[in-house]
Amino acid sequence: MTVNLTHLRRLEAESIHIFREVVAETDKPVMLYSVGKDSAVMLHLARKAFYPAPPPFPLLHVDTTWKFRAMYELRDRMAKESGMELLVYQNPEAKERGINPFDHGSLHTDMWKTEGLKQALDKYGFDAAFGGARRDEEKSRAKERIFSFRSANHRWDPKNQRPELWRLYNTRKAKGESIRVFPISNWTELDIWQYIHLENIPIVPLYFAEDRPTVERDGLILMVDDDRFRLKPGEKPVMRSVRFRTLGCYPLSGAVESHARTLPEVIQEMLLTTTSERQGRAIDHDQAASMEKKKQEGYF
Amino acid sequence: MSSYKADALIAKDIDAYLEQHQRKSLLRFITCGSVDDGKSTLIGRLLYDSKMIFEDQLAALEADSKRVGTQGQNIDFALLVDGLAAEREQGITIDVAYRFFTTEKRKFIVADTPGHEQYTRNMVTGASTADLAVILIDARKGVLTQTRRHSYLAHLIGIRHLVLAVNKMDLVDYDQVTFDAIVADYRSFAEQIGIKGFTAIPISGFKGDNVTARSEAMSWYHGPTLMDHLETVELDVAADQAKPFRLPVQWVNRPNQDFRGFCGMIAGGTIKPGNRIRVLPSGKTSTVKRIVTFDGDLDQAVAGQSITLTLADEIDCSRGDVIADALDPCQVADQFEATIVWMAQEPMLPGRPYWLKLGTQTVTANIQAPKYQVNVNTMEHLAAKTLELNAIGVANLSTDRAIAFEAYAQSRDLGGFILIDKLSLATVAAGMIHFSLRRSQNVHWQALDVSRETHANLKNQKPAVLWFTGLSGAGKSTIANLVEKKLARMNRHTFLLDGDNVRHGLNKDLGFTDADRVENIRRVGEVARLMTDAGLIVLTAFISPFRAERDMVRQMMAPGEFFEIFIDTPLAEAERRDEKGLYKKARAGALKNFTGIDSPYEAPLSPDLRIDTTRTTPEQAAELVIALLLGEL
Repeated sequence: MTVNLTHLRRLEAESIHIFREVVAETDKPVMLYSVGKDSAVMLHLARKAFYPAPPPFPLLHVDTTWKFRAMYELRDRMAKESGMELLVYQNPEAKERGINPFDHGSLHTDMWKTEGLKQALDKYGFDAAFGGARRDEEKSRAKERIFSFRSANHRWDPKNQRPELWRLYNTRKAKGESIRVFPISNWTELDIWQYIHLENIPIVPLYFAEDRPTVERDGLILMVDDDRFRLKPGEKPVMRSVRFRTLGCYPLSGAVESHARTLPEVIQEMLLTTTSERQGRAIDHDQAASMEKKKQEGYF
Repeated sequence: MSSYKADALIAKDIDAYLEQHQRKSLLRFITCGSVDDGKSTLIGRLLYDSKMIFEDQLAALEADSKRVGTQGQNIDFALLVDGLAAEREQGITIDVAYRFFTTEKRKFIVADTPGHEQYTRNMVTGASTADLAVILIDARKGVLTQTRRHSYLAHLIGIRHLVLAVNKMDLVDYDQVTFDAIVADYRSFAEQIGIKGFTAIPISGFKGDNVTARSEAMSWYHGPTLMDHLETVELDVAADQAKPFRLPVQWVNRPNQDFRGFCGMIAGGTIKPGNRIRVLPSGKTSTVKRIVTFDGDLDQAVAGQSITLTLADEIDCSRGDVIADALDPCQVADQFEATIVWMAQEPMLPGRPYWLKLGTQTVTANIQAPKYQVNVNTMEHLAAKTLELNAIGVANLSTDRAIAFEAYAQSRDLGGFILIDKLSLATVAAGMIHFSLRRSQNVHWQALDVSRETHANLKNQKPAVLWFTGLSGAGKSTIANLVEKKLARMNRHTFLLDGDNVRHGLNKDLGFTDADRVENIRRVGEVARLMTDAGLIVLTAFISPFRAERDMVRQMMAPGEFFEIFIDTPLAEAERRDEKGLYKKARAGALKNFTGIDSPYEAPLSPDLRIDTTRTTPEQAAELVIALLLGEL
């Protein structure tokens, strides 16, 4: 009798195939773990790929010290549960200079995230890094390869990408080159949510609505997650029922007002929503072609 | 781009919605055509009509449409997908972009590639993972050179589901006659290159006719809309699962002394615990013990799943090996004929060693000079010494060690390969294996000591080749068929190789030039020889116009096993019968290189049997052939 594999099972099989291919053909792989929902799915798939062994590579969290507390909690719990080594990297220069999202604007992201990532990869000598980017996120990612090569100084050359045919990935790299690998390239946001629901994957509770202390600033609802949040004169945290659609540094992540307290409710709200996912993320508002530019500079 | 249809079910019962959407299947397709054919507009329309557009994106789209759109005050759907112009400005390789949309029945992944000839490699890349191809035609222009090129490439890469989307019907007043003429024109071309079937749909991407909604302006059309077809076209799932089992081993999982699991994605077939398997190339056999997954052991696993197997015996097996059905394993060889698509600026260098990656095996390969290059616009075979960027050719290649493989027509996963330049490390070519040139000598997984005598004795007969030659329409197939029926009644084991049938499969890559006719006969000769090795009586019905090739085939066979039978029908008589209407076409100039008209037929000088069909009935002729075979003549 014919077995009909659903689209989620096919996506899952493809991602597992990619994980195994990287482990078989590279020297020192690592998974970039940002603790968001895409990372959660990626970690789950990695565990499936190598079961009954734990995934044979560490988790790398490029930390900015400004993530939500709930993210740090889940990060540590998942590392323990998966039996994987957790590497946390914080750019020492950013730390020394006290780079923060309140005073330094885009420099904050550049130094903690972009520079921090490069430094971490160089420090440990990883030659392949799994990332949770999806092609449906925005136009410039639609043509990104699953195996994306970076020069020794981490630059991406969009003019010189290798064709990817069938399930055959050319993983050979020149000295100093490294590969960014995107195992969930072909997943959409809806696929991610459906899969989390189907597989009961733990995600940060911030994705669910709850009464949280917030302030409204420049059209964004921000959560006051700890006492480092600098309130402007006259500003007072207000309890609002909010949730987050994307997670990053808490002073940069916009919340949406919501009463979706369960996963099906979150998915329901997502489906009925009228603005696209990245709107909550401050990084994209900079310039039109900002993502393309950031990628060329080495941002994941 | 990601939002989804806000249908009533989402608001009413999200659990039911999730349940429904977890059962969707996945279809990957490619769209072929250029911007002028309205490709971007069509893709934009599919995204729009399946409600994949968020309000903020829609607002931006409306603003852009007014500012830079080409549709006046209307929405320019093409702006939803990256314009080629924008990509050129940014200096980004015009390339393959993947887009996603979903309906209640399926999730779709669209590979969007540019259509011009200089992007052949991009189209081949996009097509390599596609189940279906949408070939776009501008209804005002009909079948063009590029239509033929796209169809040829889609067919070459093994896409079985072709959709001919005749677009811009609004600009030809939704005229059925125009549509029918284009379809007829396309059909005759498609048949020529061996495309078995296609679905033609008249659409207007701009107005939306027959894209997702039925067209009121084309009530004469009763077929499915494009979206209906995409949602319901039968995938090859059942066929893939019915194939013999193949698992290219990707990784051996050894967490501890007690566990040794072989991981990979199943390339074909179905597997269950207890099934006998054979590891290739070594040929060692064992039994499947468990199918291990994170979610518990499975009772069975099928093509397309990524799994981990454990075996009952401790046998050697590592990355690059293929675990196959013990009784129906794939082949192992180190020399192949293959179609090669060159993808690099640096032309192919015959003799230079390249890395060849096929499945999970990576070996060193040498490519010989191409036998020919295919003109992708006319499908003509051209002489070539090398292959340049975007060129497609056929060449022999050899690998430094034997690899497990299948013909590409059988398996994309075990017949498709890439070539990697050892210096630049770039992926320079894609290839598709036709067949191996000889079975690797050092592989003994098959009991080779069963000789041809054993085969023949088991069948209680003497093998032979009955080689029928003569003009098209002379009566070769008719008589050969009768002979085979009579032999079957006599309990003889036979096989009839018919010209037309062989050209649909084994020799579908060959045309009708002199060189191709020679190769056609050489291959048929080789096949016939193998069949006599298997003890069969082989009947062949080919025009086989040249003496040299018929003599060559005679030389291939064991002495006394080759019988040349000349079906002698004068040209005028064959032309008068013209049962396939081919002479008429040839006289009209529609068929080139037609034997007897503009290509010569060299009659046998001393055939083993000559049958004059103007005086002999087919029945009598068949009796004569039997008599010849039994040594009674």
